Amino acid sequence: MAFSTMLSTMSQGMVKTFLIFALTLIGSLPLGMVVALLRKSRFAPVRGFIKGFISIMRGTPLMLQLMVWYFGPYYLFGLNIGNWRFPAIIVGFVLNYAAYFAEIYRGGIESIPAGQYEAAEVLGYTKTQTFMRIILPQVIKIIMPSVTNEVITLVKDTSLAFTLAYQEVFSLAKQISASQTSFMPFLIAGVFYFVANYVVEIVMARIEKSMDYYK
Amino acid sequence: MILEMKNISKSFEGLEVLKDISFGVDSGEVVSIIGPSGSGKSTLLRCSTFLETIDGGEIIYMGEKAAHTDENGNAVYVSPHELKHFRSYCGLVFQQFNLFPHYSILKNLTDAPMRVRGVSRDEAEATAMDLLKQMGIGDKANAYPYQLSGGQQQRVAIARALAMKPEILFFDEPTSALDPELTGEVLKVIRQLAEEKMTMVVVTHEMPFAKAVSNRVIFMDGGVIVEQGDPCDVFDDPKEERTKQFLRVFER
Repeated sequence: MAFSTMLSTMSQGMVKTFLIFALTLIGSLPLGMVVALLRKSRFAPVRGFIKGFISIMRGTPLMLQLMVWYFGPYYLFGLNIGNWRFPAIIVGFVLNYAAYFAEIYRGGIESIPAGQYEAAEVLGYTKTQTFMRIILPQVIKIIMPSVTNEVITLVKDTSLAFTLAYQEVFSLAKQISASQTSFMPFLIAGVFYFVANYVVEIVMARIEKSMDYYK
Repeated sequence: MILEMKNISKSFEGLEVLKDISFGVDSGEVVSIIGPSGSGKSTLLRCSTFLETIDGGEIIYMGEKAAHTDENGNAVYVSPHELKHFRSYCGLVFQQFNLFPHYSILKNLTDAPMRVRGVSRDEAEATAMDLLKQMGIGDKANAYPYQLSGGQQQRVAIARALAMKPEILFFDEPTSALDPELTGEVLKVIRQLAEEKMTMVVVTHEMPFAKAVSNRVIFMDGGVIVEQGDPCDVFDDPKEERTKQFLRVFER
């Protein structure tokens, strides 16, 4: 197989990898905030449930979680969902990453001094205004380095979708390498992941810089 | 009377911080509250500005009751919606300034008037600029809090509170977090406000300032008002032994 054929076959996998990456971020970044806020709920059962959820998401391998989401409906409930492979991957990634993001958000929210809430309260801001206008912008600045870490990990974690035989870059690299007895697909995959993360670093550094105007 | 606090009591986990405290503030009056740390001064201020809830007693602003004690002896506040209206009567300047670091100085002053009081941007900015000039920092409108000295930040905090046009302004040890050479500029601004007949309650450790600027001094210790009166009387001729003891420490 010519290098160019290899590259064009694998580029289809790159699109799929990017799809997992993008959908996971779109889903888990906001969901993580919901989880973080529920984690601080006034109702103990809600707090307990969320704590348990985060604990399980962080305490078991993502690879195993993907298996559970994909095979669970059939083995546990006898459900036969058509074309469930890709949705199962996205559900698995989004919930797993939401748990991690939630803990990052929580750390950020808790690091804002009580004086910020008190100043807002005395000025008459509502609770929602206080959170959206005063607290959240400061939280985002504080958590950016940790979020960057997670996003970079996510780029590499997308390769776990190979456990569900989804044809993303890593799965394709393995298949082509085996069928063509060539090492080249792994090199291509490696370069792809590295370049993708290089772009992530540049983008995240830009975002961080845009919030450099205050301390 | 702008504010009346009647028989206020407040405990934190069984520890009585305020014991049956009563005092009032008239329009245009400047009241200083002095006393050792842990005497309940800050808690009293935080109860007055609704940052803490009282356990018993009455809080009355402009003749309207914000909180009272029911027949079971528990403090009952007005609804959260009505409380918003009471909050608009009072402003608070914190020891640690608590400016919003991500907002420019101008936005620190205009955001709450626009979002909370519904003032137009033009009006809010005009008011903010006037206040900044009055505070001697008109050239800092576009700076961010971290670029200012402590004394300048505290003057911004005072301007931010004034931008909400409160009936009464509370100060919680406004110079305690400042380097000694910066306290003067903040005290000067407060003195200026006193001359303009702004109603103020100042918790402070600056005794000469309290004596010079206030109409009345309250000495608190152990959650009670030990002595209050004209600043000259309280400072130069205190009646209570505890007041004498406390003031002696400051003379040294």
